[in-house]
Amino acid sequence: MTIEVLMPALSPTMEEGTLAKWTVKVGDTVSSGDVIAEIETDKATMEVEAVEEGVVGKLLVEEGAEGVKVNAPIAILLEEGEDESALDDAGGMKSAEKAPEPRADSDVGTKVPEPREMPQPAPASAAEPKPTASDPEIPAGTNMVDITVRDALRDAMAEEMRRDDTVFVMGEEVAEYQGAYKVTRELLQEFGAKRVVDTPITEHGFAGLGVGAAFGGLKPIVEFMTFNFAMQAIDHLINSAAKTLYMSGGQMGCPIVFRGPNGAASRVGAQHSQDYSAWYANVPGLKVIAPYDAADAKGLLKAAIRDPNPVVFLEHELMYGTSFEIPDMDDFVLPIGKAKVRREGSDVTITAHSRMVGFALEAAEKLAEQGIDAEVIDLRTIRPLDTDTVIESVKKTNRIVCAEEGWGQHGVGAEIAARVVADAFDYLDAPPARVFQKDVPLPYAANLEALSLPGTEDIIAAVKTVTYAE
Amino acid sequence: MSNGETRFRVPAPPFRPGEEPDFSHLKLPKAGEAKRPDPTVEGRETQDLALGLVGVLDHNHQAVGEWDPKVSADVLREGLKHMVLTRIYDERMLKLQRQGKMSFYMKSKGEEAVAVAAAMALRDDDMIFPSYRQQGMLFARGRDIVDMMCHCISNSRDNLKGRQLPVHYTWAEGNFFTISGNLGTQFPQAVGYAMACAYKGEDRIAASWIGDGTTAEGDFHGALTLASTYRAPTILNVVNNQWAISSYQGIALGDAPTFASKGLGYCLASIRVDGNDFLAVYAATQWAAERARAGHGTTLLELFTYRADAHSTSDEPSKYRPKTEGEVWPLGDPIERLKQHLIGLGEWDQARHEQLEEEMTQLVVKSYKEAESHGTLHEGPLAPTQTIFEDVYAEQDWRLKRQRQDLGV
Repeated sequence: MTIEVLMPALSPTMEEGTLAKWTVKVGDTVSSGDVIAEIETDKATMEVEAVEEGVVGKLLVEEGAEGVKVNAPIAILLEEGEDESALDDAGGMKSAEKAPEPRADSDVGTKVPEPREMPQPAPASAAEPKPTASDPEIPAGTNMVDITVRDALRDAMAEEMRRDDTVFVMGEEVAEYQGAYKVTRELLQEFGAKRVVDTPITEHGFAGLGVGAAFGGLKPIVEFMTFNFAMQAIDHLINSAAKTLYMSGGQMGCPIVFRGPNGAASRVGAQHSQDYSAWYANVPGLKVIAPYDAADAKGLLKAAIRDPNPVVFLEHELMYGTSFEIPDMDDFVLPIGKAKVRREGSDVTITAHSRMVGFALEAAEKLAEQGIDAEVIDLRTIRPLDTDTVIESVKKTNRIVCAEEGWGQHGVGAEIAARVVADAFDYLDAPPARVFQKDVPLPYAANLEALSLPGTEDIIAAVKTVTYAE
Repeated sequence: MSNGETRFRVPAPPFRPGEEPDFSHLKLPKAGEAKRPDPTVEGRETQDLALGLVGVLDHNHQAVGEWDPKVSADVLREGLKHMVLTRIYDERMLKLQRQGKMSFYMKSKGEEAVAVAAAMALRDDDMIFPSYRQQGMLFARGRDIVDMMCHCISNSRDNLKGRQLPVHYTWAEGNFFTISGNLGTQFPQAVGYAMACAYKGEDRIAASWIGDGTTAEGDFHGALTLASTYRAPTILNVVNNQWAISSYQGIALGDAPTFASKGLGYCLASIRVDGNDFLAVYAATQWAAERARAGHGTTLLELFTYRADAHSTSDEPSKYRPKTEGEVWPLGDPIERLKQHLIGLGEWDQARHEQLEEEMTQLVVKSYKEAESHGTLHEGPLAPTQTIFEDVYAEQDWRLKRQRQDLGV
């Protein structure tokens, strides 16, 4: 293999220069570090050193040549044992003509892999089988108990902390105060101050601390008093937690759960009332969960704590006090990435997550009274998104309404609508409809707040649009 | 507002291109002057160290004062070797970058002692959360130089599989965390990592490095708050090389006397150290490690040094600072100072130094040749394209596998 010596750049902005002088001639032996030429621009001159050793086989640019492009080959070195015949097949003017153009980044992949490294594209029929994740069977006779979402979340943390002593919870007010919303009730009493850690008010700081602890082999549960305050910390969630496994070539992962209330509460104003589902769901490397009822809150939080990846767990303040039936089982864990059909129906599919699921179910009952049979899908996990369950449903109902509490632009519903159009276009009898918050920062006043937030009536109206009922 | 001008201030460096640089205004304390308290000292009692300068090598290259770590000549020679290798490696990689062999490079010229002495004073199982001018630590910890080069040219042996910029090394088995491109995040993460070590009952510590400019980030202040609150076994290092690209250190420093003094408000042990003095960096790091390991918490070290070359290959420093500034830097060159110290001890001479340089040059040349045998940036082979969807999640996700199939790789 001959070695091409390229025109070096004197500075990052230099594009071309003059080859002022050759200090070697064909046949000379050069060692790494030997000066072989002098180049100059209008600003400065520089000596060109050989970076490899060899015999000068050919000088491609004449002394005094102006306008020599940076990175154009200027000479060919022969390696030990090579003679001039090697110039014919490898270097020479031909390469000088083809080489200067810098590669386009997108070319890299196509040039490179050796044949044996290149797997054959799989035929469509052999596409990767999808695992059929499903909720665990609830044994017959299992006792069902009423529990609030708040206590279900608490129990999930307590059970996982008993099971694995690397699990700990940290955040503002989580210890003595038992959490701003009392989700960490009595955890301090059971697990002590080492595992239930109060933090100073620095979301950015303690999110980074949690990420570092996860790199250090622990499994932190980082509570944000609300996800609105996690805006300060989002750099650690996205640039560090979500990307490090990938950027480190798989060497260092970040098993961590960021949890707390997300979305609108009651009359707390725009800075305390934002839904971040779509924000986090946009990011590869994160898993994003937004449960509705107590069983899902418990089963999915336990799964999140066991997951080896960073998980954003979005709760809802207005759901904390709501009670639901939950199976009284020793270890109730649910699969991440699996939606749940909460109500079967044949006329229209309604997707929702978190608190909106309740409105969707209520809408479905009212619609049933009017003869419209709606299927309600609780997404539960926003990333990875279980589009298969949605698509299968749409193939049956031929209509879809995507409901969410947050803003519409680039929202969860926008993503679902796009997937349905792409994968089930021929099954649709109406364009997908979306339900979302008005496009304003959430106002404080009760009347304006109510006007901004979507609810049961908005879902009913959207269903009537896609079913052409009005 | 007649007096508006006097109340509006943007600080400017003392010298700009074309001016004659002169650092006599710095009034740096002499080597050997600083007292060395016991490592269990209260943080607030380190005020003199935060405002002063810990130095060991004096103007005659002799080790003086209480901070002399009194290490063997073998350790000094090893340090010299890693520093010489670092400089030669950097020079060679810069040339290769200029010839298009890699897209980007960052040298550490003038800051070799900051990296090498610190890594040698730490235990190999202590966790390093580095910044991007600490390649010397990898040499001190014994990383394969071919592997480092393969990363920089993203070839088939790049352990980061073509996913990271050159010089953003990661080496998990060497306890060297992946270098973060968004500056400062490593500071609170090091505190968390150190707390995890303490939580698990290990006596390892974590150390992190940022530049002077990054002290203005929230990460710096959050990390110092948390390190103080939890008394974490951490060493937080600020490498004050005087320049954050083109912003001189005063832009981040504000009216504070030193970067080390910023630690005093958090009651952390805070020390300014001559970063061009191998023995001083070694001694201060050793002191801070002993303190952290014994449960007395975090030390903030300011390594006072000078960035003797461009920030990166995308930077042209002649546009914003006098070319001769580095030559008149009062703390000299770290390699030359350690070399002269060893010569003074009778443990080194010019001929051996030249031989060392020759050996390191050969090593770098030979290593690069070997690195290219695993592929070049332009011709490949690069990291196999089918790995593009790997490591997004800890487990392979079927959706990502399907995307790979759709892409036909």
